[in-house]
Amino acid sequence: MTYLTLSITLIFVVIPLILSKTLNLGLEKDTIIATLRSIVQLLAVGFILKFVFDSESLLYIFLMVTLMIAAATHNAQKKGAAIKGITWKIAVTLVFVEVLTQSILLGFKITPPTAQYIISISGMVIGNSMVLSILFLNRFTSEVEAHQDQTELILSLGGTPKQAIHKQLIQSIKASMIPTIESQKTVGLVQLPGMMSGQIIAGADPIQAVQFQLLIMFLLLTTAAVTSVLLGFLSYPTLFNQRMQFLKN
Amino acid sequence: MAIEYKPAIHFKHVDYSIGNLTILKDITGSFPAGKITTLVGPSGAGKTTLLKLCNGLLSPDSGDIYINGTSIQQYEPVELRRTVGIALQSAPMIDGSVYDNLALPLALKNEKLDESWAFSLLEDVGLGKELLKRNVKDLSGGQRQKVSIARTLVNRPEILLLDEITSSLDRTSLKEIEELIVKINQKYKTAIVWITHNLQQALEIGDFTWVMMEGEVVETGESELLEDPHNEKVQVFVKGEVG
Repeated sequence: MTYLTLSITLIFVVIPLILSKTLNLGLEKDTIIATLRSIVQLLAVGFILKFVFDSESLLYIFLMVTLMIAAATHNAQKKGAAIKGITWKIAVTLVFVEVLTQSILLGFKITPPTAQYIISISGMVIGNSMVLSILFLNRFTSEVEAHQDQTELILSLGGTPKQAIHKQLIQSIKASMIPTIESQKTVGLVQLPGMMSGQIIAGADPIQAVQFQLLIMFLLLTTAAVTSVLLGFLSYPTLFNQRMQFLKN
Repeated sequence: MAIEYKPAIHFKHVDYSIGNLTILKDITGSFPAGKITTLVGPSGAGKTTLLKLCNGLLSPDSGDIYINGTSIQQYEPVELRRTVGIALQSAPMIDGSVYDNLALPLALKNEKLDESWAFSLLEDVGLGKELLKRNVKDLSGGQRQKVSIARTLVNRPEILLLDEITSSLDRTSLKEIEELIVKINQKYKTAIVWITHNLQQALEIGDFTWVMMEGEVVETGESELLEDPHNEKVQVFVKGEVG
């Protein structure tokens, strides 16, 4: 695609701007900011990726993945501000998920150890793990809040913190995993995944595109499960002190 | 009052606050072993907080609490909470049936509650056997409070703390629960501490009474003190409650 063709695609930005102006939605400023940011951010990433891919340097790959984890941690931690030490808990979770998935992919030689594969797949894994972290923290915070009485009851009867929070923890883990599982049930029927569509548009063999998409989907299942379980088990102890007392708020 | 009785719970200069808000101030005194002590006083006097300190759901900021002569800090939290049982005011329930709730204290120890024991617990608190399988969502407020009391008894606590457990009961149920508590006290010599707003109940059931106001214990003694309190604030409180 030429830059001229790309500039013509701005028609798709003009349409919502006209609608916003006509209907007094007040979204013109946000739409323009979003458009400018997406252009600048994606072009910058494009140039950085080209540089890293060309260099094939492990150091640059490491720095790139570290940057992704730091940005994802920063974004997700806002949702868990009530949980003590949430920043490092999210960081540990993201690092663990990244190391686990890349170890399997590279260890079994499923993908080659090149920047092109490591960075692209890491981006999907870390991004998905970040969204899962936000979903989990949102749900867990509200479950804990809504069931304070039951938590206190179980403690008062001689239950441990883990027993007192078990139901809320399991509900939150399940709730955060469900969107990933549900979206996989309808994939191909309702929507074609973005990555697969991108590969096909770029001229790849559809069967090969499907194979890669399946790999990514299975990878995201593990990402979803490990993220929510690990983050859950790292988070709940901070709701209690050493005397097994529930620290409300 | 406690001089001639061995204390089940003894407070030594206990303070408790939340942020800058003082909830309990320099509490010193004892709840006698084998006796029923009632806690009375206006809302916000710190009565519920005092009970939660005894069960280990909260810890004092300063001072110490002794349970059967041993500092509360020496107890493992789980052991403490099974020794000092508490029936909470809101009678919280876990989702499920009455049986699930009665079985909860044992389930937390990976033990199972026999159905015959469950039936006898229901009978003790004046509930019919047919309620055992009923979902707790379908219980009335009074029935929930009765289930809550029965559930607390499953751990066979040496000391029983009751936080306004009869507040939503009708007169017949109230009498049944009062008789049950007296029976437990007499049969097992369980020390009982009972928060109540019902001064008549405190007089009839309690051996001793603590009157609390604004985080302090303002008068203690045999329950008859409620008929003729020395403290002026208590006189006003008693008149207001009775009137």
